[in-house]
Amino acid sequence: MEGRDVIGYCKRSLPFSSVNAIIYAHFMPLNKEKICVIVPAYNEGAVIGNVLKALDKSGYRNVIVVDDGSHDDTYHVAKSNGVKVLRHGLNRGLGGALGTGIEAAIRLGNDIIVTFDADGQHDTADIEKVALPIYQKKADVVIGSRLKNRVGMPWYRVLMNVLGNLATYMLFGIWCSDTQSGLRAFSLDSAKRLEIRSNRMEVSSEIIREIKRLNLKMVEIPIKAIYTEYSLSKGQSLFTGIKTFFRLLLHRLMH
Amino acid sequence: MTTIHIVITIFVLFAMSRTFLRLREGEINKAQFAFWFVVWSLVAVVGYWPGVTQNLADFLGIDRGIDSVVYVSIVILFYLVYRAYVKLEHLEQDITKVIREEAISEFSKNAKKD
Repeated sequence: MEGRDVIGYCKRSLPFSSVNAIIYAHFMPLNKEKICVIVPAYNEGAVIGNVLKALDKSGYRNVIVVDDGSHDDTYHVAKSNGVKVLRHGLNRGLGGALGTGIEAAIRLGNDIIVTFDADGQHDTADIEKVALPIYQKKADVVIGSRLKNRVGMPWYRVLMNVLGNLATYMLFGIWCSDTQSGLRAFSLDSAKRLEIRSNRMEVSSEIIREIKRLNLKMVEIPIKAIYTEYSLSKGQSLFTGIKTFFRLLLHRLMH
Repeated sequence: MTTIHIVITIFVLFAMSRTFLRLREGEINKAQFAFWFVVWSLVAVVGYWPGVTQNLADFLGIDRGIDSVVYVSIVILFYLVYRAYVKLEHLEQDITKVIREEAISEFSKNAKKD
C-alpha cells in the first residue's frame, strides 16, 4: 500500500483521529469530492486548460485556480473550464498564490487540501495517493516526492532538488526527499495552523519548516513527474535557486 | 581650510537641512531627527579632526584611525541594509494580505451572483 511508504517524522500521536474515523476511512473509499485541488497559476494560459480537463476527467470537480496576476488568458481559460477561480490584482509569487488558495479552501471548509502545479508536470492519478494518508488519518501533511521516483528526471533537476533539500535541512533541520515538490496534501486542521509568510519560491521550504515547527506528521509518497519542454522551461533556474536560498537565509535571521 | 573640509562642510549642511525639512514635514519624529543630527555631526567631527578616530582605533585594536572609521561604517551600513530588507519584506507580506483578501472577497461576490 502506498500509504505505508512512510517517513514518520514526529513521534506524537495524531490529535484529531478517533478509532472510529480510522476504521471508517479504511473501509470507505475516498470520495474525490472531499478533495480540494488548488492550482496556483501565473501565465499558464497555454497549458492550464489541459491540466483542468485532466483533473475533471479524473473526477476532481472541487478545484480552485489562483490566477496570480497573469498577463495572458489564464483567468479566462480557467473560468471556461467551470472551476472556482480567484484572481490576484498583482503578481505575488508562488507563496502568495498558494496562501490564497489554501485560505479559500479553509473558508470553504474542505477536509483534504491538495496543491497541484499548473504547468502539467503532475499526474492526476497521484492526487489520490497523496490524499489517502490524510483521509486515513495517518498523516497531517503529505509530500509527493519526485525524487523517490526519478524516472525521466534530468540529472540537473535531480541535482537542483537535492541542493534545495540540503539547504532546507541546513536552515530548518528537517529532511525531506523533495522539498520543492508542488504536489502536497494537507488536512484541514494542519492547513489552518500553517503560517506562510514568503511570497515567492521559498514557500516550498517554508512549508517544510512549518511541518517541523508545528510538530505535524509528514508522509512522503513517490509521485511521477512529467517533464515536457514546457514544464522544464517553467522550472526554477540555478540563479532563482540561489536567490531563493538567500531569501530563506534572511528569513531564518528574521524569525 | 583644505578641499576635504569644504566638501564635508557642504555635505553635512546639506544632509542636516534635508533631515530638518523631513522633521518639519512630519516624516520623521524628534528622536529620529536627533539620531541623524548626531550621525552627521560625527561625520563633521571626523572630517575636521581626523585625530579623534585614533582613540576609536586604539580601543578596537586597529592601527590607523581612518581604518577604524571604515570598518565601523561598513558594519553600520550592513545593519541598515538588513533593516531595510526586513521592512521591505514585511511590506511585501502586507501587500500579499491585501491582494489575498481582495481576491477572496471578489470570488465570494461572484459566487453569490452565480
